Amino acid sequence: MASNSSGGSDRQRVAQQRLRIITGHLQGREEGDSTIIAAECKAEGSQTYVSREEGKTVPRRRQEIMKWNGWGYSDTKFLFNKKGQAEFTGKRYRLSGMIIPALKEWFEGTFGASMQHKSPAAPVLNSGAVQPPTLNEAFLEELKSTGIPFSHDAEDRVYRAHGHCLHEIFALREGKVGRVPDMVVWPNCHDDVVKIVELACKHDVCLIPYGGGTSVSSGLECPTEETRCIVSVDTSQMNRILWIDEKNLTAHVEAGIVGQDLERLLNESGYCTGHEPDSMEFSSLGGWVATRASGMKKNIYGNIEDLVVHVKMVTPQGVIEKSCRGPRMSTGPDIHHFIMGSEGTLGVVTEVTMKIRPMPEYQKYGSVVFPNFEQGVACLREVAKQRCAPASIRLMDNEQFKFGHALKPQVSSMFTSFLDGLKKFYVTKFKGFDPDRLCVATLLFEGGREKVLQHEKQVYDIAAKFGGLAAGEDNGQRGYMLTFVIAYLRDLGMEYYVIGESFETSVPWDRVLDICRNVKARIIGECKNKGVQFQPLSTCRVTQTYDTGACVYFYFAFNYRGLSDPVHVYEQVERAAREEILANGGSLSHHHGVGKLRKEWMRETVSNVGMGMLQSVKDYVDPKNIFGNRNLL
Amino acid sequence: MSNTYRESCGAGLENEEFVDILEERRHSSDLGHALRTFSPHPYKGAESCSNADLNKAVLESQYLRYIAKEIAAETGSSVEEVREEACGILEEMSQNLQLKCIRLMGFTLSKVLKRLYSGIFVNMEGLNMLQQSIQEHPVILMPNHRSYMDFLIISYIMFTYDIPMPFIAAGIPLAGMKLVGQVLRRSGAFFIRRAIGSDKLYWAVLSEYVRTIVKTGIAPLEFFVEGLRSRTLKSVMPKLGMMHMVMEPFFKGEVYDITLIPISISYDRVLEESLLAHELLGIPKPKESTTALLKASKVLQEDYGSMHVNFGRPMSVRHLCEGKINRCQYNLVPRDLPQKPSVEVQACVSWLANLMVRVQEEGSVMGPWALMACLLLQAPTIVLTEEGLPWQELTDKTLWLRKLALDFGARLNWPSGQGQAPDTDVMSSTVALHGSVVNRKSGRVFLVQEEEPARNRPISPEEEMISTAAAVLMLASYRNMSLYIFVRPALLATALHITKTTQKDELLAFFCFLRDVFSNEFIFIPGNSSQDFEEACFLLKKCGAIHVSEQEVTVSDAGLEVLSFLQALLQPFIDTYQVIFRYLCENEVHVHAEKQFLTAVRNLATELILSGELHTYEALSSDTHKNVLSALQRLDTVTKSRASEQNEYTVNKAAVRRIDDILSGKIPPQMLHTTPEAKL
Repeated sequence: MASNSSGGSDRQRVAQQRLRIITGHLQGREEGDSTIIAAECKAEGSQTYVSREEGKTVPRRRQEIMKWNGWGYSDTKFLFNKKGQAEFTGKRYRLSGMIIPALKEWFEGTFGASMQHKSPAAPVLNSGAVQPPTLNEAFLEELKSTGIPFSHDAEDRVYRAHGHCLHEIFALREGKVGRVPDMVVWPNCHDDVVKIVELACKHDVCLIPYGGGTSVSSGLECPTEETRCIVSVDTSQMNRILWIDEKNLTAHVEAGIVGQDLERLLNESGYCTGHEPDSMEFSSLGGWVATRASGMKKNIYGNIEDLVVHVKMVTPQGVIEKSCRGPRMSTGPDIHHFIMGSEGTLGVVTEVTMKIRPMPEYQKYGSVVFPNFEQGVACLREVAKQRCAPASIRLMDNEQFKFGHALKPQVSSMFTSFLDGLKKFYVTKFKGFDPDRLCVATLLFEGGREKVLQHEKQVYDIAAKFGGLAAGEDNGQRGYMLTFVIAYLRDLGMEYYVIGESFETSVPWDRVLDICRNVKARIIGECKNKGVQFQPLSTCRVTQTYDTGACVYFYFAFNYRGLSDPVHVYEQVERAAREEILANGGSLSHHHGVGKLRKEWMRETVSNVGMGMLQSVKDYVDPKNIFGNRNLL
Repeated sequence: MSNTYRESCGAGLENEEFVDILEERRHSSDLGHALRTFSPHPYKGAESCSNADLNKAVLESQYLRYIAKEIAAETGSSVEEVREEACGILEEMSQNLQLKCIRLMGFTLSKVLKRLYSGIFVNMEGLNMLQQSIQEHPVILMPNHRSYMDFLIISYIMFTYDIPMPFIAAGIPLAGMKLVGQVLRRSGAFFIRRAIGSDKLYWAVLSEYVRTIVKTGIAPLEFFVEGLRSRTLKSVMPKLGMMHMVMEPFFKGEVYDITLIPISISYDRVLEESLLAHELLGIPKPKESTTALLKASKVLQEDYGSMHVNFGRPMSVRHLCEGKINRCQYNLVPRDLPQKPSVEVQACVSWLANLMVRVQEEGSVMGPWALMACLLLQAPTIVLTEEGLPWQELTDKTLWLRKLALDFGARLNWPSGQGQAPDTDVMSSTVALHGSVVNRKSGRVFLVQEEEPARNRPISPEEEMISTAAAVLMLASYRNMSLYIFVRPALLATALHITKTTQKDELLAFFCFLRDVFSNEFIFIPGNSSQDFEEACFLLKKCGAIHVSEQEVTVSDAGLEVLSFLQALLQPFIDTYQVIFRYLCENEVHVHAEKQFLTAVRNLATELILSGELHTYEALSSDTHKNVLSALQRLDTVTKSRASEQNEYTVNKAAVRRIDDILSGKIPPQMLHTTPEAKL
């Protein structure tokens, strides 16, 4: 249907549009950058492709552009305007400045929330609520002599004391601040990090590496039992591409660079990494390495472990790195795998050499509607079996499909709304799909134009065997847009007594349906047991396919009116959901990591011996627990 | 529903309302009932699936394909042959539920039930909960099994109240009956062979069939966890195979939860009473055939009182298994492959199966007859056959026992009427109903002796004994219906009687010993011995029979009557066990073939009864004989082996003697292990 009607120029337009989305994230950076004090760093490879002054997204003072108690940019948020319509503010996203007419009804209907019942956040950060810093004077003195910028301003410290777990944001919204780092340092290059780590060892200071601050595993939380001075090592200013090797298609990059900058800067040279985690606007390269990140287009480009060619990490024992850039080595266990997933417990990742690819010639979104989730999963399984997965393929369940629909912006013409109505009629009445059971898969194809079209046909043919109907590019594209704005939506919910979060797992194919059903049911059951007064939103999607299994993402949110300790209830339910995941053969995490949130299950996940191995590495590399964030183990 | 009827007695009941479902049938057309619109609300997750689809899914399952390959490799036959065989097994097994047939069944049953029963009482609350549960998760209906009637009564009720028709697990002999087999199959019965043993393919087909039904939730599954119809009207130790198959989809995460519905069916009078008694005496049960059924149709002319069907509170397997099962154990092997259940899983299944039987017991409704049978059996048999038991004595004692039973929390069906129906009327009509067992003549109650149709020769003492024994065993069966309520206090009473100690820990040790020896006889939940002991103490204290302190249990003056009643209740079992223990110890051989053993024991018991050394005719019950063997096996004093045609048992005489000695009080209780669950 829709896919057939789109001409070549349309496809071009869409490709352009996608690029615009990414560049769109960057507006407003100029003001932010003016405040950066460039302390020139004598790093090796002094010829850099891009100089700092050309502007980066993340300034040293994050507060200039970002929220202190919510997701993303200060200028961007959802709100219900005076007419009671949902609106997305700012100019950064495709949805920015638009009215979303159906959101209010969906929001009220799904959660039983009401515009009358607001739960507003504390308006400003009260510096008085922040504990005065415990400073290690000797460390401070020596640090000053290195010239590395630092701060013990309350705001700076609070910004680096949390990730984006529900309990972290909820506390901030209530104006509550727990243990925060005592100071923040901004190294400018690898050598700065070496100096900082040396000083920390010498003076017994606790270091917590900080990249993009998008952790959802309590990874950035300061351990309350830590009595030493805690220093947050903010790598955001180490954000240069040091070189691009066009012969081998690799780039050597400082680890503090955030995803959108890396991609944009590489694009300027005609390349990309293709690594696009949902958090790519804010998350950093070092963070990806430290948590074993996964990007939505991993089917073409691979996950972070496939992309990394060389890593440099500064540890209390010195710098760890390999001696060459050979594409594969048989030299005992791969030391990169001690670094990847170490979650800041062993050192700071400073520089990474990673694979790059020429930018794709052509991109095309797509979507398929299935009569039910079971058929959709069967189709994804078949696609994986035939190893013909597009760059991205995601299957949303019925609840998410409805959610996606609620996020449709106001249509500009009578004609579009007429077409929408016609499509709906075709799918539900003519094809007999039950609107309460159907689900949708979103697709993204990438590559040479001819190949993309061929590939697209192959995938749609498979889908047809499972009762899938092609549902157009728009639906697909909106699905991916949702990824970027969903975190903003949580903030909106929190204004109206609705709290929620997402979590993920990976699971063998034969368990996918069972785990989806059981975990969703467990969430609903636990909410009931814990006295939640309203039906929760409990929904999932299959976001990645592999040869032997899939990655499943769960969203869970509920209206907490009437509960005295909603965060505690939330945590109990999430914990139960995780138990259910494990009991159904799911992994502890596919890409979010363990942090402190999921530590309790590590031993059963990797066995006693496995724990011993990890512990002995920690004991050797960091005997004084300088990197004391207490993640993982 | 006009004739609503409240249980007279409050103990343990929250005024549950039982409704006589026959009442409406007596006032409106049976045909109308049979042709009613049947539109149940099925399980919401179920996909509509025909019987043929179900069978196809089973045959094409990865599990069966795997097993077929494995068997082909072992036996040297081709995979095709094995699969064909599997197909044959499935054909023999599978149900073919058809609404038409249900309607026919419904019509016939309406007629039959009205003739047989004065009322069929169903608790509406339980039925409503069931209706709700069926929509939420796959449901397993678990009735107790006392009569052939059990088979269809559940389906009949489900049909009447618009609840999806169950698939019912039945024994294969039923399938062999002409017509009846077909009718049952079309009413949703599927048939399982007895003694499957090590037939791998059969197990595979059966378990895949059951698992598919549960997993897809296409229909509620009904099965008798006791496996067989109880010959003694006592609960039977549950069979674990089916229970495990039913639970597996939950363990493996294939369903979110499974709901178990315990159902207690209680009869005032059981259709097969005399048949069962004869079976127990070794007079073989007639083959299940249609002609036999027609012959038995004379039973249709008699009155069988009323029937209670109590649908228990739905029980969530997920909830029950919390903390008992680590479901991660299925993570590393494909769930479709055969996997031996772990020790943990076996223990959990066994615990749950026993729990279900206990819940069935608790839910059963006991009539006056069960209490009267207890008392009748405590009179010497000779009194019952010759001079008769004074009616007044029996009724006084029955009223006393009624109070005790209520104290112990029994659900009694004792019609209290509108104030004016005196208790004696209730007891009179009860005795009248059971004219096949006792009769009342000139103020005395006698045991009914079987009349030989042609008495042209003097009857031998053995023949006379058989006739008395049949009546005693019938009486014993009705007594058994009340045992579950008394058994825990009775074990304690016996412990007090045998050990003569007051030390609580010693009593606990002896209590556990008794519980262990008799756990093939009565249902105890594995691992619950301390709770059982506490319960026994609590109940005896409640009725004023004992004083309990931190260390001591002492008998109160007023308690003697209760304690001696309870102890006498168990005496027939203890006597029978001891006869067999002694037989095993004194016999020269160490190895016994099963058939010969059973005959020898029966002969020995006959001899002892005739000589007056043994007072209980219950020692003739083959059911008890088999239970002793199983108990000894469980206690590792007898080992079973299979030799040529039948089972052989090798006896460790010293160990058996020790058990006998403890039971006789020759070994002081201090010498017993005090840990509750320790093996002897």
